[in-house]
Amino acid sequence: MSLINERLRGPWTLFKKEILRFWRVSFQTVAAPVMTALLYLLIFSHVLGGRVEVYPGVPYTVFLIPGLIMMSVLQNAFANSSSSLIQSKVMGNIIFVLLTPLSYLEFFLAFLAASIIRGLVVGFSIYLVAICFIDLPLTHPLFILAFAIAGSGMLGAFGIMAGLWAEKFDQMAAFQNFVIMPLSFLSGVFYSIHSLPPFWQKVSHLNPFFYMIDGFRYGFFGQGDISAWFSLSVVVGSFIALSFITIGMLKAGYKLRG
Amino acid sequence: MTPAIKIDQVHKQFGALHALNGVNLTIEQGEFFALLGPNGAGKSTLINLLAGLSRPTSGKLSVMGYDVMSQYRQARHALGVVPQELVFDPFFNVREMLRFQAGYFGKGAENDAWIDEVIESLGLTDKAGTNMRRLSGGMKRRALIAQALVHKPPVIVLDEPTAGVDVELRHMLWEFIKRLNREGHTIILTTHYLEEAETLCSRVALLKQGEVIALDSTKNLLASMPGKKLRLKLSAALPATLKDIVRNQEQQDYTLSLNAIHQVEYVLAELRNANVTVEDMQLIEPDLEDVFVDLMGRT
Repeated sequence: MSLINERLRGPWTLFKKEILRFWRVSFQTVAAPVMTALLYLLIFSHVLGGRVEVYPGVPYTVFLIPGLIMMSVLQNAFANSSSSLIQSKVMGNIIFVLLTPLSYLEFFLAFLAASIIRGLVVGFSIYLVAICFIDLPLTHPLFILAFAIAGSGMLGAFGIMAGLWAEKFDQMAAFQNFVIMPLSFLSGVFYSIHSLPPFWQKVSHLNPFFYMIDGFRYGFFGQGDISAWFSLSVVVGSFIALSFITIGMLKAGYKLRG
Repeated sequence: MTPAIKIDQVHKQFGALHALNGVNLTIEQGEFFALLGPNGAGKSTLINLLAGLSRPTSGKLSVMGYDVMSQYRQARHALGVVPQELVFDPFFNVREMLRFQAGYFGKGAENDAWIDEVIESLGLTDKAGTNMRRLSGGMKRRALIAQALVHKPPVIVLDEPTAGVDVELRHMLWEFIKRLNREGHTIILTTHYLEEAETLCSRVALLKQGEVIALDSTKNLLASMPGKKLRLKLSAALPATLKDIVRNQEQQDYTLSLNAIHQVEYVLAELRNANVTVEDMQLIEPDLEDVFVDLMGRT
């Protein structure tokens, strides 16, 4: 800690608090999403395993794992920042952060970093459990890491944005169920978009989650529906764009400072 | 010397509502200052502006010479705010919460001794490891005060610090706040208990509909009330001739407003004429509540 100077200690403390906040309830924030992903894996591999082969030489169960990992990474990165913000706003304890000398940028970075950590912890936990039962290749580990970080960062920023906008838990639940869930379920987690009719393939290309899942999966198998570099550009570009919007909202004090 | 607080022509509008209408106020370092006014007068709005929780529509505010907008880091370092609502983070215990709060201000392990001192001074030692959710209302109030002090701010704003607390705790908090003031902290207090402001504060600002309608030392404000109050316990009802000066009545206990001391003679003469016996009598000096009621009614 002595390595951290006084100026950095503020955002570092906020980051540490956000990490502890989800770690204190790790059954809910880590163990539960791992369990959910494993149940998806169990059910879908039982129903479709042996009948569907999306990529040549890759069994469906193996194909499914990276998508499930990435979906959990994204959903949990979003949940971390959004739930922390809406809870603090509703409970009123957001005031403790607003009264401090922390800048809007420091606020953003601390919440973002904690979201990325939560996404990575959940993703890595699912990976660890999955490889106990299934042999999973790691063809391009740097792509895996890049997509996991950029994807969780993008959803972390999206979570901050949603947390700023929402004023009650009901609005946040609507955001989660009507935006995040459809985007993640319709992103190609359970299928390759090549199996879709041409129109729906085009629609899928408008979904940023598709690029995150496909690029992440490329890191494991070395094959995907589109170029991994292109996917990475879309994901990083979306991450930067969302970050700018969110930082702008924080700078303006949107629904935080009247 | 740089004033602790300087508020210069501050306006704040929420849509059509003009919550603050050109407020000017200077509070010197070391003062014990009361900000009074009825609900909706703009007290909390003014505190929110000082704390950076809200932004002024126009005008300037500074804390220890630092502009709350352009030099917000220094201004917030100089200010400790105890909010009115009993808000808390349900994930952490008292000591963790205080360490986090100090950390936001750049304070690390070297500040732990001060945190221990604050915990002890506020009688929170037994509760330092208790989750905030499990604390009683009074203990939560103490924890909120501790939270405002962790970064050793020279200026402390207490927004209704004794609202809803029992008499014992109220007196304990008064003593604690007085000690902070003796140690050199500037204290700004908002309260609905005017007795509290009169006992503690050397200067008072009265706000009404977003404007400062009175700003003076507590002594001068009290001296500005010419009359006195006469409390009477009577054997029968008060004669009709005295009805106009009744300020308060509970059965046959009356409080009358007198413009001058010689009015006592007139009251007693009227009672004698009506054959009403005085069972008890008390002459009372005006208090801050009288000043408050008078000013609120006048402007």
